[in-house]
Amino acid sequence: MPSRILKKRSLIPGQTSELTLEAPHIAAKAKPGNFVILRVCEGGERIPLTIADTDKEAGTITIVYLVLGKTTAHLETLKEGEEILDLCGPLGKDTDIHKLSGPVICVGGGTGIAAMHHIAKGHHMAGNHVIAIIGARTKDLLLFEDELKRFCPEVLVSTDDGSYGHKGLVTEILEARLKADPTIGEVVAVGPVPMMAAVARTTKPFGVHTTVSLNSIMVDGIGMCGACRVSVGGKTKFACVDGPEFDGQLVDFKELSSRLSAFKVMEQISYEEFKKSHVCKCSCR
Amino acid sequence: MSANAPADNKKVKTPRTPMPEQPAAERVKNFQEVTLGYTPEMAAIEASRCIQCKKPLCRKGCPVEIDIPGFIKQIVAGDLHEAYRVLRETNSLPAVCGRVCPQETQCEGSCILGKKGEPVAIGRLERFVADTYMASDACEQLTGDHACSLEREGLKVACIGAGPSSLTVAGYLSAQGIKVHVYEALHELGGVLVYGIPEFRLPKAIVRKEIDAMRAQGVEFHTNWVGGKTITVQDLLDQGFNAVFIGVGAGLPKFLRVPGENLIGVFSANEYLTRVNLGRAYNFPEHDTPAYTGKNVAVFGAGNVAMDAARTAKRLGAERVMIVYRRTEKEMPARLEELHHAKDEGIELMCLNAPVELVGDEKGWLKSLTVQKMMLGEPDESGRCSPIACDGEFCEIPCDMAIIAVGTGSNPLIGQSTPGLELNKWGYIVINEETGETSIPNVFAGGDIVTGAATVISAMGAGRRAAKEIARRLIG
Ligand SMILES: Cc1cc2nc3c(=O)[nH]c(=O)nc-3n(C[C@H](O)[C@H](O)[C@H](O)COP(=O)(O)OP(=O)(O)OC[C@H]3O[C@@H](n4cnc5c(N)ncnc54)[C@H](O)[C@@H]3O)c2cc1C
Ligand SMILES: Cc1cc2nc3c(=O)[nH]c(=O)nc-3n(C[C@H](O)[C@H](O)[C@H](O)COP(=O)(O)OP(=O)(O)OC[C@H]3O[C@@H](n4cnc5c(N)ncnc54)[C@H](O)[C@@H]3O)c2cc1C
Ligand code: SF4
Ligand code: FES
Repeated sequence: MPSRILKKRSLIPGQTSELTLEAPHIAAKAKPGNFVILRVCEGGERIPLTIADTDKEAGTITIVYLVLGKTTAHLETLKEGEEILDLCGPLGKDTDIHKLSGPVICVGGGTGIAAMHHIAKGHHMAGNHVIAIIGARTKDLLLFEDELKRFCPEVLVSTDDGSYGHKGLVTEILEARLKADPTIGEVVAVGPVPMMAAVARTTKPFGVHTTVSLNSIMVDGIGMCGACRVSVGGKTKFACVDGPEFDGQLVDFKELSSRLSAFKVMEQISYEEFKKSHVCKCSCR
Repeated sequence: MSANAPADNKKVKTPRTPMPEQPAAERVKNFQEVTLGYTPEMAAIEASRCIQCKKPLCRKGCPVEIDIPGFIKQIVAGDLHEAYRVLRETNSLPAVCGRVCPQETQCEGSCILGKKGEPVAIGRLERFVADTYMASDACEQLTGDHACSLEREGLKVACIGAGPSSLTVAGYLSAQGIKVHVYEALHELGGVLVYGIPEFRLPKAIVRKEIDAMRAQGVEFHTNWVGGKTITVQDLLDQGFNAVFIGVGAGLPKFLRVPGENLIGVFSANEYLTRVNLGRAYNFPEHDTPAYTGKNVAVFGAGNVAMDAARTAKRLGAERVMIVYRRTEKEMPARLEELHHAKDEGIELMCLNAPVELVGDEKGWLKSLTVQKMMLGEPDESGRCSPIACDGEFCEIPCDMAIIAVGTGSNPLIGQSTPGLELNKWGYIVINEETGETSIPNVFAGGDIVTGAATVISAMGAGRRAAKEIARRLIG
């Protein structure tokens, strides 16, 4: 069913935006860790995006996307009041959230910070002490710092260029934090694949349970096609129904990043065509 | 048997009327339908071959027991309107069934004429009648004048999934004046009929028309609603639905469990066909969903799904397409017609070969395939000869794309979200064979989610059984 865009907020102009969508039936069920699959227009591709927040009373969900290719670029052209053709969800398993004895560290990178936000909020609601570590290439690309501060007693920031917070990688802050506090109950990481792999490597010597949220390529999102399959602990799992969250120590990240490149050439073609031809007819072509 | 003895020997000798089709060299370049359908003249000739048995064996061979001699008689009489009505009495998707049913093992397999010569082409006749009548008003067809205004206040039934099983339930109950709401997870209706079976075998427009006919009859369709996620069975009961039918199919693809299966270029048939059919990837980049095709494509399995995947790959430009199968052509489970069409289109059959490893390059792309030679042993529990591996006989074949079509399993979404729903050890829903009811009162199930991957018509048979029982309970 179509879904109306109630609010649009540009987080990083031209690159990352947040949409508040009218979707009462999805909002009613959505839990941290869930995602939606949407299709912007007739002929469009089905793409998965994490539910970054919900407002059950208002009947809305929030998504945050990074403009990467054709579909997200088209999404970026839509305005408040316009509709997304298909919105399906909530999909995926809920995050396993329970009261932990120690704090939970939530690590977010890039657009992943938005997905991490919903998980962190869930942990907060469950009564856990949440430490957020977020990172970006540079200060202007940082998301959701204020949103996280609303419920995280600590929000630690790193930037690659040192323009804000710690100069360096999120894993450096993480490692220091793990060394300083042996009571950490869990680490959650959402972000680019290399970042999640690095987080898993960092936590390994500490033996802290590490949850990662995998962004494999999806088609249906209901366990029917197997496009999203990932190797976890040597077994084939479907990220859309068995995940998208898995134990970071068990994920074959190398295979995941290789599978993510499967359609690169075709996606490039599609994006180039779009940039050439898109004179914002908005219902597509 | 005397009642079934051919009355007129001349008729038996009339050969079966062939179906015109696109020439193989032509059709491998497009996605248009392969078979072209009978002309009225051809249909009349073929229909007159039927000897109108008093105890028609064909009807027993049909899972929904279409009155076959009945509709054929009307073709002979020239009353296609009446022929269509007879068909629709028991079959809500005749244009689909006429195209995809394995007639050779069902109605046609039982036809008395087949004992000495060739059976009546029942499927082709069914398709002819349905196609001819497709555009006309469904309500009137089914129930006579405006009988759909026979709305029964306050009665409503929900179906989860919009494949043939649910569509049958919806068609049957709405014709009885019961309000039906169908909830489908994908953005298109029709189940495997739209995302699995390719356009060149079953045009989407046909399925859409059959669905439009149901909509005209008052069925409400909700797409992008996932049973067990967006809405649970309990939610539906709480919302006052008198009964719920679960027809979610068996979509979870099975893999081979051989090394290299997650290399790039290795697809499940479901992914490949869904990209092409639901995503219209054959129309890329006008449509956004991509799918590429290798030069040398290996397809594992030999059922309808494998044939569809192989023929699709050929149409998308593959140079060589091989069906890699552990047994021999004789054991292949595909419909005979599809197997023949595939061979005509140049699909190679590599029988008595089992894949043992998929080999990739340093970037994770598939580059070759190792197969092991097999031989046939004693029949196994499936009644087919079991394949046995020949020691040490391996062969490496260059191959840059592989499609796995070795079956599907049950999707866990409904089971996980429906406490109290009894499942068997493979995760399929357990039902009362008489009524179609599950372990939860007034919750019914049918189709592939009960039987495992089967056929369109058996899913429809299951839908019909459940619908009859629901109607009996609700309106007596
Ligand atoms: C469960 C899940 C949740 C996600 N949540 C979010 C989210 O909240 N915000 C967000 O911005 N993105 C999210 N993604 C990634 C998002 O789905 C992709 O960015 C999107 O599919 C790109 O579509 P496109 O047509 O714009 O670009 P495409 O043309 O499809 O792709 C452009 C580039 O992105 C890469 N790519 C393609 N698909 C994916 C993918 N699924 N994941 C990562 N890279 C991909 C391609 O290799 C290509 O280089 C999520 C993915 C999954 C599986
Ligand atoms: C490629 C292919 C070719 C085939 N060829 C033939 C053939 O030639 N002849 C023949 O007789 N049979 C054929 N079959 C088999 C036949 O299509 C199936 O047996 C039949 O479609 C089963 O019907 P169904 O109603 O049980 O389920 P399906 O057709 O599988 O429909 C189930 C529907 O439910 C939806 N769904 C799943 N989960 C949920 C959920 N949680 N909530 C809401 N909706 C959900 C699915 O998206 C789907 O639309 C073929 C199958 C395939 C895959
Ligand atoms: S189709 Fe064959 S079995 Fe059926 S009535 Fe005609 S001749 Fe008899
Ligand atoms: S996206 Fe199809 S199985 Fe996960």
